Amino acid sequence: MITMIVNKETIAQLAAEGKRLDRRSLTEYRKPIHVELNISWTAEGSAKVQIGDTIVMAGVKLAMEKTYNDTPDEGGIMVNTELLPLSNPEYESGPPSIKSIELARVIDRGIREAKAIDLKKLCIKAGEKAWFVTIDIITINDNGNLFDACGMAALAALKSAYFPTVDPVTGAIDYKHKTKEKLPLIKEPLPVTVYKIGNALLVDPTFEEEGAYDARLTVATDDKGVISAMQKGGSAPLTIEETSRIIDLATEKSRFLRAELNKFLK
Amino acid sequence: MVYTKRVDGRKLDELRPMEAKIGIIPNADGSAYFKMGNTIAYAAVYGPRELFPKFLQNPKTGIIRCHYSMMPFSGSGERIRPGGNRRSQEISMVMNSSLQSVIDLSAFPNTVVDVYVDLPQTDAGTRCAAITAASMALAHAGIPMKDLISAVAVGEVDGTVVADLNYDEEAYDAVVSDIPVAMTANKKEITLLQMDGEISKASLIKALEMAAIATEKIYQVQKAALKNKFTKE
Amino acid sequence: MSNILIQERDVVIPGEALAEGMDFLPGDNTYRDDNKIYSKILGLVNVSGRVLRITPLSGPYVPKIGDKIIGKITDITMSGWRVDTGTAYSAFLNVKDATTRFVKKEEDLSQILAIGDYIVVIIVNVTSQNLIDLTMKEPGLHKITGGRVIHINTQKVPRVIGKQGSMISLIKQKTGCDVTVGQNGLIWVKGQSDNEYRAEQAIKLIEEKAHLEGVTDRVSKFLEENQ
Repeated sequence: MITMIVNKETIAQLAAEGKRLDRRSLTEYRKPIHVELNISWTAEGSAKVQIGDTIVMAGVKLAMEKTYNDTPDEGGIMVNTELLPLSNPEYESGPPSIKSIELARVIDRGIREAKAIDLKKLCIKAGEKAWFVTIDIITINDNGNLFDACGMAALAALKSAYFPTVDPVTGAIDYKHKTKEKLPLIKEPLPVTVYKIGNALLVDPTFEEEGAYDARLTVATDDKGVISAMQKGGSAPLTIEETSRIIDLATEKSRFLRAELNKFLK
Repeated sequence: MVYTKRVDGRKLDELRPMEAKIGIIPNADGSAYFKMGNTIAYAAVYGPRELFPKFLQNPKTGIIRCHYSMMPFSGSGERIRPGGNRRSQEISMVMNSSLQSVIDLSAFPNTVVDVYVDLPQTDAGTRCAAITAASMALAHAGIPMKDLISAVAVGEVDGTVVADLNYDEEAYDAVVSDIPVAMTANKKEITLLQMDGEISKASLIKALEMAAIATEKIYQVQKAALKNKFTKE
Repeated sequence: MSNILIQERDVVIPGEALAEGMDFLPGDNTYRDDNKIYSKILGLVNVSGRVLRITPLSGPYVPKIGDKIIGKITDITMSGWRVDTGTAYSAFLNVKDATTRFVKKEEDLSQILAIGDYIVVIIVNVTSQNLIDLTMKEPGLHKITGGRVIHINTQKVPRVIGKQGSMISLIKQKTGCDVTVGQNGLIWVKGQSDNEYRAEQAIKLIEEKAHLEGVTDRVSKFLEENQ
């Protein structure tokens, strides 16, 4: 297939009637939602998340680095996404696209601004050394709704991560042997993206439906419903009333996704 | 001969446990998963499709383009910077010539078949797992090919010829040679051959003979996976 | 001494030996090397007399003159439209082949067909380099409005159509949808939206099970159960 098919008009018509091409309701996620932990022995923590046939992986790597001058008693986090050409015929090799950059930054903000990781606990010696956490999220099969799938994979990978052992004499990191110490994860933000097609609001679009949206709003909320990041996309405007409805829907679905995730965390 | 017992307890010619799956990436025209011990490769094939830039087009045949890449968290040490490096470029190139030798794209002039292989975790033998996975994905995509390709690393660890070296063996503190080999299934013709380390000619030939037997075992796993995809309910 | 190594309808893989000896002949998607015949593709064995053929289970569409296909407009030029046919080769629809009415020189072609529109067309010419010319001037050829376009593997198209169009008639009858099958694997389904979904699922079922026995019964059962 050279380009993916988008039945734009029919999607818009159906959305106006509260319907979708695959007969889901507007607020229903695809099935299955499946999470597999520890899919990479080389990562400190890792997970594979599947929503419908969208499949993504996340891996956490830890490195010991010099602390920043403005935060001498803190470690750090970084989120990177790779939209692999393996996962969709429309992706190409080369420098990250704006789509990939936005995805990484929105997920990064969701985790960073929620203060999900206690960065002070990552500090080893103030002004000198601290742990820095990198979360790499990789697409295996992109069939839409990467924000939610990638956010879920990032959280699952963080929750499954353990520090590697450090030689007490040389300070060298032994990545092959993990300690029993988990990351200082104190909050669990999950992003949910609500899409607007015409006047209808819907969640978990397929890649085809993503080709037909007018606006979208990603809302990251933690387990207590506190919002830690938002990102509006698309050219259509949103009213305050719509924004309010979107936040309610996103908060509800964030609870739903967290419950789905917890099923796999035992 | 000092190295008589392998670090993971395998027999000298014993391969690590293998697993193969077909069609794991629905967006792709063909796809496969191959696991050899702790090395995992995902392969996806897209095409034949239009080739850009146009000056690369061959009016007599289609071409294949392999893209090998380790995921940033797939190395046993520090994080790998994404975006490729000299190593991944060279591996992509040798994969290309290995697979090109069996495929026939003469019915698709000017086109390209893209083969992407990405590895989420590795423990040596990555280019071999990549070629083995790519070969299955090409077959699954319905690309005409004379034969399947199967690949394995053989080598000599401290005077002993072994098949399917893992990372600990590659890094063994003695004279070690590492020889990635890819072969066609029917004639066991060599389509990839690289080597680093030190080895005598006699040991090398012995290693290649071991590779022929090893690739046959891998081929049986590939064959079963492809057939199961279309015979099981 | 000749010996056949496989049976009718076996699934074979590229490089698999089908027969030895000189009594058999290599047909489509096979090749001879020394005294053996091998498959060149993943597919199903077809033995007809002494000729061994393989029917592919997957693989690209090869454009042929006379094929009805569904394409998507990707560009508008001075003289017509460039069309994505879901193959590696771009196709061209000339203004004079698009409509029977007279098109004035300065007319805006996007008023006739715009970028992104899907069209049902017939291939009128394929060059040695696989450049494709299309026509939309025969009966049943038109721009697509409403409904949904879906994609299946092109090798499964004959099964979706069925013998003398039996399968497609069954789907049309049980779902009340209009169904137009393009040889390139694009299929247009139009009807009431729940029925479109049923027709789509039935077609996907055929695509998935095409290599197995009793596909018609399965599809018929599926459509009965999902009224």
